Amino acid sequence: MLVSYNWLKKYVDLGNLTPEELAAKITKSGIEVEGVEYVAEKSTNVVVGYVESCEKHPDADKLNLCQVDVGEEKLQIICGAPNVAQGQKVAVAKPGAVLPGNFKIKKVKLRGIESNGMICSLKELGIEEKYIPTDIADGIFVFPEEATVGEPVDELLNLNDAVLELDVLANRADALSMLGIAYEVAAILDQPVKLPDEAVQVEESATVANYVSVEVEAAELNPYYGAFMIKDVEIKPSPLWMRNYLMAAGIRPINNVVDITNYVLLEYGQPLHAFDYDRFGSEKIVVRRAKHDETLTTLDGQERILTDENLVITNGKEPVALAGVMGGLDSEVASETTNVLLEAAYFDAITVRKTVKQTGLRSESSTRFEKGVDPNRVRKAGARACLLLQQYAGGKVIAGTAEFDRLDRTEKVVEIDTPHINNRLGTEMTTDDIASILKRLQFDYKQDDDHFTVHVPTRRGDITLFEDMLEEVARIYGYDNLPFTLPEGAGQSGGLTVRQHLKRRVKNFVQGAGLMETLTYSLTNERDVKRLISPEVASSAASPVALAMPMSEDHKYLRLSILPELLNVLSYNRARSQVNLGYYEMGSIFISGQNELSEQPDEQLRISGALTGIWSEQAWQQEKKEVDFYVVKGIVEGLFDFLQIPVTYSQTKVTDMHPGRCAVVKVADKTVGFIGQLHPTLQKQLDLKETYVFDLNLEEVFAAYDAVPSFTAIPKYPSIARDIAFILDKNVHAGDVKKVIEEVGAPLVNRVDIFDLYQGDNLEEGKKSIAYSLLYQHPEKTLKDEEVEESYQKIIAAVNEKFNAYVRS
Amino acid sequence: MKEQLEALQADALQRIAATETIRELQDIKVAYLGKKGSLTGVLRGMGKLSKEERPVVGEIANHVRTAITTALEEKTEKLEQAELEKQLEEETIDVTLPGRPVKVGGPHLLTNIVQEIEDLFIGMGYEVREGPEVETDYFNFEALNLPKNHPARDMQDSFYITNELLLRTHTSPVQARTMQEYNGEKPFKMICPGKVYRRDTDDATHSHQFTQIEGLYVDKNVRMSDLKGTLDKFAKKMFGEDREIRLRPSFFPFTEPSVEMDISCKVCDGKGCSVCKGTGWIEILGGGMVHPKVLEMGGYDPEVYSGFAFGMGPERIAMLKYGVNDIRNFYANDIRFLKQYHKA
Repeated sequence: MLVSYNWLKKYVDLGNLTPEELAAKITKSGIEVEGVEYVAEKSTNVVVGYVESCEKHPDADKLNLCQVDVGEEKLQIICGAPNVAQGQKVAVAKPGAVLPGNFKIKKVKLRGIESNGMICSLKELGIEEKYIPTDIADGIFVFPEEATVGEPVDELLNLNDAVLELDVLANRADALSMLGIAYEVAAILDQPVKLPDEAVQVEESATVANYVSVEVEAAELNPYYGAFMIKDVEIKPSPLWMRNYLMAAGIRPINNVVDITNYVLLEYGQPLHAFDYDRFGSEKIVVRRAKHDETLTTLDGQERILTDENLVITNGKEPVALAGVMGGLDSEVASETTNVLLEAAYFDAITVRKTVKQTGLRSESSTRFEKGVDPNRVRKAGARACLLLQQYAGGKVIAGTAEFDRLDRTEKVVEIDTPHINNRLGTEMTTDDIASILKRLQFDYKQDDDHFTVHVPTRRGDITLFEDMLEEVARIYGYDNLPFTLPEGAGQSGGLTVRQHLKRRVKNFVQGAGLMETLTYSLTNERDVKRLISPEVASSAASPVALAMPMSEDHKYLRLSILPELLNVLSYNRARSQVNLGYYEMGSIFISGQNELSEQPDEQLRISGALTGIWSEQAWQQEKKEVDFYVVKGIVEGLFDFLQIPVTYSQTKVTDMHPGRCAVVKVADKTVGFIGQLHPTLQKQLDLKETYVFDLNLEEVFAAYDAVPSFTAIPKYPSIARDIAFILDKNVHAGDVKKVIEEVGAPLVNRVDIFDLYQGDNLEEGKKSIAYSLLYQHPEKTLKDEEVEESYQKIIAAVNEKFNAYVRS
Repeated sequence: MKEQLEALQADALQRIAATETIRELQDIKVAYLGKKGSLTGVLRGMGKLSKEERPVVGEIANHVRTAITTALEEKTEKLEQAELEKQLEEETIDVTLPGRPVKVGGPHLLTNIVQEIEDLFIGMGYEVREGPEVETDYFNFEALNLPKNHPARDMQDSFYITNELLLRTHTSPVQARTMQEYNGEKPFKMICPGKVYRRDTDDATHSHQFTQIEGLYVDKNVRMSDLKGTLDKFAKKMFGEDREIRLRPSFFPFTEPSVEMDISCKVCDGKGCSVCKGTGWIEILGGGMVHPKVLEMGGYDPEVYSGFAFGMGPERIAMLKYGVNDIRNFYANDIRFLKQYHKA
């Protein structure tokens, strides 16, 4: 809502407050003023001039040579505007004038003839182009005859007015009107409100009934409809002051009738609509739901196809207006209009809202109906418009109103009392303090000791509960005056849950391992939603969860894997020459087993990582090392080791992954994710070098986590280390051999590590050598050499039998 | 014999003094004190001495032994010391060469902000709660006093999946869920961080996905001044003890009265500058007293219980605190951006 400071002054005494000071007060009391702008940048030395003569420039077709009387002197001015003419009163920038944009006016010669000043357009005077009436968009501004020659124009054109831009939130429908703002400011400043004049002299010779009747078929959507009849209007520009205020409020003046309906809309917050009576098409107004597929061409020339969700004003045959949203083109007020049928109605907020959503038509009218207008101001606004039409369009207002009326105009009653208010606010207000606040708000009340029965004016439809009144009292009292206290309740012990702690620890671990955390979008595109899905997710998810109305193809589906976005992040960085990267993200994926979603999808917490480029930089006496499978596996192993969860890895093929370099990760035989290298084809597509990833289901990992492990005694007896190297077939997995060693060696073998892999010259074709180090330890005694030797031989025999392996000498 | 022993001692000490290696010292030790050594040889002749002479010569012999042993030990220690010094000298390295690089990872800036806020409120007795990102219309809107067709639903146009399911537009549904879980009986304090989604076109100040943290305190006799005091503590810890806060009336469907909180601008110290658009204040968060309908739908009797709630955007806080000028930075994950803040 744009509020003109000068216009507001008509209703409330603003004292010596500057617009900026006023804005600060309004903001502090509850309606945020987002900015204070001036109608125009300051100009100097621009006055009203009278064009005494206007002739063509002898040497230029498009220029006019004007003699202009500016009061103290007469100036010869050359003017290029097409609409300049003898007899006009115009805005003249005299030599020495400064126009907005620091445009200095000097005496010049144009095609050999002296020009001593400039006749100005509104644009040149600094008014925003979009508010300038279209008929003078390319020309100079012409004052009404009564303008005084020599008078400065800034006041006449309201150029120095300040406009406060108010951010009116959904609850404060009352603040969408100058009167509403006036009540608000009056309460803040403790001032009375001067209400506008609505008393109109009517023509008693006829009554409205002679011209029109009103019928409402959908009373629940239109509890009040009033029609006024104004005859013999003359369409012309509205008075200058009205045009000034409209422009300040961001509305382009059109003609007196349209301007008056807009002016009253802004003044009262009550939308009105003027029909051309002679083009209305009947003497009967029928308000009803639209029929399915019925059409109406609205004022903007668009044909609208309607449904029975829309409310329409009809002439008994066809729609002439979309109720509360926009009028129809056919009955629009035009230059030849003489008789005006004026609508002042109350339309249901939800219906208007739905129509706006459906048609995309948002107007000054619909904005107000959507939020709810004041039921007690509908008739008053109609009367006010009639008065203005009489004053400024020469109209004759016919007596009476054609009405349909089932509107509830009763005031809401809210009970408040001093102790309750103080308890909820933490204040120590007196009953008198509260009474004075109610007076400032101009709310009627009955007082019984410290208890108030408040009759809330209907303009404040947002106040229905004690808490609403609490806010009113608090904001006028001033939030600044509330004390600072801390809760006195005994409270509870706060803190993180085990799961929340774990999330932090896992993050800390992988960060310590060198990975940088990312945050990417949960919404993804059709290509990525199908990529790199962990096998156990793929087997439980139906189709991905999709938005009903996505904003773009890029953000259409909820992700089934974090990896595709992580890879996009790698590509993004690579495109910016950042090539050595280790990233991870912890977040949810969204799994639904349903193709047609009827319940919330399962939100599964996962952690995914993607690594590419050099992992260990080249340094003095140290080779650089690229990321490989075992770097990623090391991080994952480290994580499970940290969490003390046993885990196994087995070679598997996963879509989009390198078929020979991918393993699923299992905890207690349950797949919890995978690690490996991206498929080279995908790498190429994403313009990535060798890239390795991991992806783990943290729900399963956390489930396997033992938060409070019981104490295990630190071994007291010495351990014995034995190394052993096997020659194996190349295709034997080192991990499988390790498993056999562990099984056969149990319980004496405490730990088995793989410490060397050799494939090369001294070995038979197709063979490799893997070296294991075994740690023997007994919890309750010192092991004897014979015991160790016996176990050692058993292990050799078992591995030999199972893998056809022999010990490398 | 006495002369013999003294000559032996003098000879030994002289050789020890002249020696420069530990190995030679060992040879000397063997040569004099060993089983076949000179001293042992001399002592073997003791048998020939008289009864009276024996203790006298024995004592001299012991003196000689001690003198040689001491001299050997002292010389050994001296040589060892010299050897160590030589070794240390040789082992000296160039300390200005770089260390072995460690891969440095770190958290995302928003994670840091969220954890900082979590820890701050945990310190005031709050628990941390989480909830689903795909929410029901009921928990996202209706339970928060936003019935269907409520005009305030416009404030946060949503990504719907079905008529009843949508991506949550705020973390407030976690508040509704917590109240229902506590069944209208238990006073509680909680904060709920998480991702939220709105139909916004991504630009410098908008993101269709962003982060939110909300807080809720429900108890008997919760006062609006408690909200003011709590937010003041938060603002001072988060932005500095010298920050002032100011509450302004506002509107949210789920709170009444509603507030917006500003902090005094750090750049100009409240005097007015381009950062605070000349007002001296910067908007940080919204909040208010829990709306009675919200309490009621959560199972709490609004006649008995009251509460306050607040909500804020970590992105905005990060932008203000660190001067990040484009919200898209948080989601582009440019390594050069992340590295600036992982220590934050």
